[in-house]
Amino acid sequence: MADAIENTMDMEEDTQKGRFLTFSLGDESYGIEIKYVTEIIGIQTITEIPELPEYVKGVINLRGKIIPVMDVRLRFKKEGREYNDRTCVIVIDINDISVGLIVDSVAEVLTIPDEDIVEPPKMNKSFSNRYIKNIGKVENGVKLLLDCEKLLTEDELEDLSEVL
Amino acid sequence: MLSNYKNDPLLDMFVFETTQLLEQLEQVIIESEKSCCYKQDAINEIFRIMHTIKGSSAMMLFNYISSLAHSIEDLFHFLREEKPLNVDYLKLSDLVFESVDFIKGEIHKIENGRNPDADASLLIDKIEDFLLTLKESNHRGKTNETKEADMPDERNQKDKAGKRSYKVDIYFEEECEMEDVRALALINDLLNIAGDIQYNPANIADDSKSAEIIRKEGFQIWFKTDRSYEEMHDFFSKTFFLKDLELTELENDKQDEFNVNEDFIDIVSEEKTPDRETQFVPLHQNIISVNVTKLDKLMDLVGELVISETLVTQNPDIAGLTLENFQKAARQHRKIISELQDVAMSIRMVPLSATLQRINRIVRDTSRKLSKDVRLEIIGEETEVDKNIIERISDPLMHIVRNSVDHGIEPAEERKKRGKPEVGTITIEAKNAGGDMLIIVKDDGRGLDKELILKKARANGLINRPEADLTDKEIYSFIFLPGFSTNEKITEFSGRGVGMDVVIKNISSVGGTVSVDSVPGEGTAITLKIPLTLAIMGGMIVRVGKSTYTIPVLSIKESFKANEDSVITDIEGNEMIMIRGECYPILRLHRIYKVKTEITSISDGIIVMVENEGKGLCIFADELVGEQQVVVKALPNYIKNIKKVRGVAGCTLLGDGSISLILDIADLIES
Repeated sequence: MADAIENTMDMEEDTQKGRFLTFSLGDESYGIEIKYVTEIIGIQTITEIPELPEYVKGVINLRGKIIPVMDVRLRFKKEGREYNDRTCVIVIDINDISVGLIVDSVAEVLTIPDEDIVEPPKMNKSFSNRYIKNIGKVENGVKLLLDCEKLLTEDELEDLSEVL
Repeated sequence: MLSNYKNDPLLDMFVFETTQLLEQLEQVIIESEKSCCYKQDAINEIFRIMHTIKGSSAMMLFNYISSLAHSIEDLFHFLREEKPLNVDYLKLSDLVFESVDFIKGEIHKIENGRNPDADASLLIDKIEDFLLTLKESNHRGKTNETKEADMPDERNQKDKAGKRSYKVDIYFEEECEMEDVRALALINDLLNIAGDIQYNPANIADDSKSAEIIRKEGFQIWFKTDRSYEEMHDFFSKTFFLKDLELTELENDKQDEFNVNEDFIDIVSEEKTPDRETQFVPLHQNIISVNVTKLDKLMDLVGELVISETLVTQNPDIAGLTLENFQKAARQHRKIISELQDVAMSIRMVPLSATLQRINRIVRDTSRKLSKDVRLEIIGEETEVDKNIIERISDPLMHIVRNSVDHGIEPAEERKKRGKPEVGTITIEAKNAGGDMLIIVKDDGRGLDKELILKKARANGLINRPEADLTDKEIYSFIFLPGFSTNEKITEFSGRGVGMDVVIKNISSVGGTVSVDSVPGEGTAITLKIPLTLAIMGGMIVRVGKSTYTIPVLSIKESFKANEDSVITDIEGNEMIMIRGECYPILRLHRIYKVKTEITSISDGIIVMVENEGKGLCIFADELVGEQQVVVKALPNYIKNIKKVRGVAGCTLLGDGSISLILDIADLIES
């Protein structure tokens, strides 16, 4: 029976494999693996929490669940921007930690086959590069594929460097 | 199979059920012990519990548990059937408790995904020995009675002397009719030459359906006799209308098969007398078990419902319209929702009784080992408290009670000398007091020795004030400090100095407090004050700029408007205010949390004075919004991982769906 369960799990993963939700920040286009994405919602009232890094905007109430939201623009050290009705919150769930990512707008879900995914060039030392896992090639350009886990866990490192 | 325990509902169920049964079992035994004898009901109950555990553990292939349960079942089967006199009930309880502990240990292993591999055979041997001595003494005890009663025992003795066991399958010829009667006749004949006869179907005498069964499946008999195989074969061959016969001699190690069959018959007989089953009913409550996460979800949904209700009734589209019927319906709607909220909340509340019953066991074990006579009295065990809290108070209670038995209650001779009853009494009283629950553990022992505690405290350098200033209560509270023990000797139960500090730690982790009071020579009382629930509390909501903050009502002393001139500023810019001759620091929320607000002058806003452990603080906010019951939620893990936000205990959802931060007053005062 356990085998059967594993099989169906494999299948599920298969259908999600190679699929990315793409969103944009200014002119750049990013992608995150669809398996992390729980849902996409419009911008909500954000309750600020003091003493946190600037990019953690606060918490929102998602049907009774309290979820922290992170402004990806600020996270990538880009200029902040007023939120408008195109602004979206992508709720992702990684290792049972739910976080909302505030992005300029959400584009579409794409399938990018493995052969079109390449390592990011090493020479680029820009800050956001740290969070780029791969680069996906699509017909009309490239998508920067984010490393979600790093996005959430690299805070301590950064905090330290800010203090120093 | 064990590795993915979490995914196996069957195993989950087994663990849950067995734990519950064991708890029931402990309760039955303790009650029986109190009344100094095992009543027939209790024996039946224990037998039934063990029977269930045996069955379910065998199903899950936990053989040691199963065989242990089996041996206890045997023991109680004997007690039930033979009703022996002069049983050593203390030893019996010890044995059962030991087995309960063993099974509990195994269950714990299973819960943690390990294999339950401890060997129970030692314990089983002990139980069997006990059963044997019971049988012997029973035998002796009954010889003076009627001879008839003596018979089965003699037969038993003979069995051991070398009777042979047989099993026979008999099939009657088709269309011979009345198979049940023929089978009964056969049994009657067999009685003359063999003993220990068992047969299947067992109820041939009074169940007409058995004829059908015999026709289809044959008639099986197990019996013991001293005759040889040939003799027996001859005997059965003479049966009328015999179609087929299968006689086998059972080896001694086939005894198990015999036993299994015994169980089968037991089940049948239990089914036949359903009224006996109903006697157990009072011990079962009408309860279903639900995963706590589902309850949390329910709470969330109800909270959501409250918010959506507000969204509908205060919808801007209908603002300003006179809608009499709509308002009426909305009021009704709100009433139902708030009732629903109460019910959802109450589901999480469980009575303390299970936790307190467990204490019973601890008192019994500890007092027996220390050979003291201690009685436990429980008052108010029906007091209900949130499930999360219950889990965290059982350990502290255990430590307190152990300490009371060990240190508090004097040995019997000493008690006699002091003119106290020889049996010591420990009372646990639970009651509600407003939003809190009080649990008072009282003993009538020797009380705390103030001098000894002071001496110890001095030696450990714990006193940082003039000793004359210390109140009795303060001195007594030293016993809760880590590493503090006035006991010279270390015993199995106490004296290591761990324990009482665990009490403080656990209780304060649920937001409770511990206080101790004692009268030398008369006893000690330890009071635990615990909030009824972690999930809901009374909150005062204050506004600062666009943000709202919630201050726990319990810590609020008063709130007032202040004048600019009553504020004193020291050189470092710290503000203070003088109230009734006392000086309190002022904390401006908008300043420490860097919130934009128009109101920065003290006279425009409001001051809320809060207090924690005798220290006061004045919080300055824009205005009071109102008081309401709030559902406490933890901050998301992600934020907790980044850093501990100063002065924020958690957050809560307000009626309009917005989030408000709950202030941690103790933390704010500290900093």
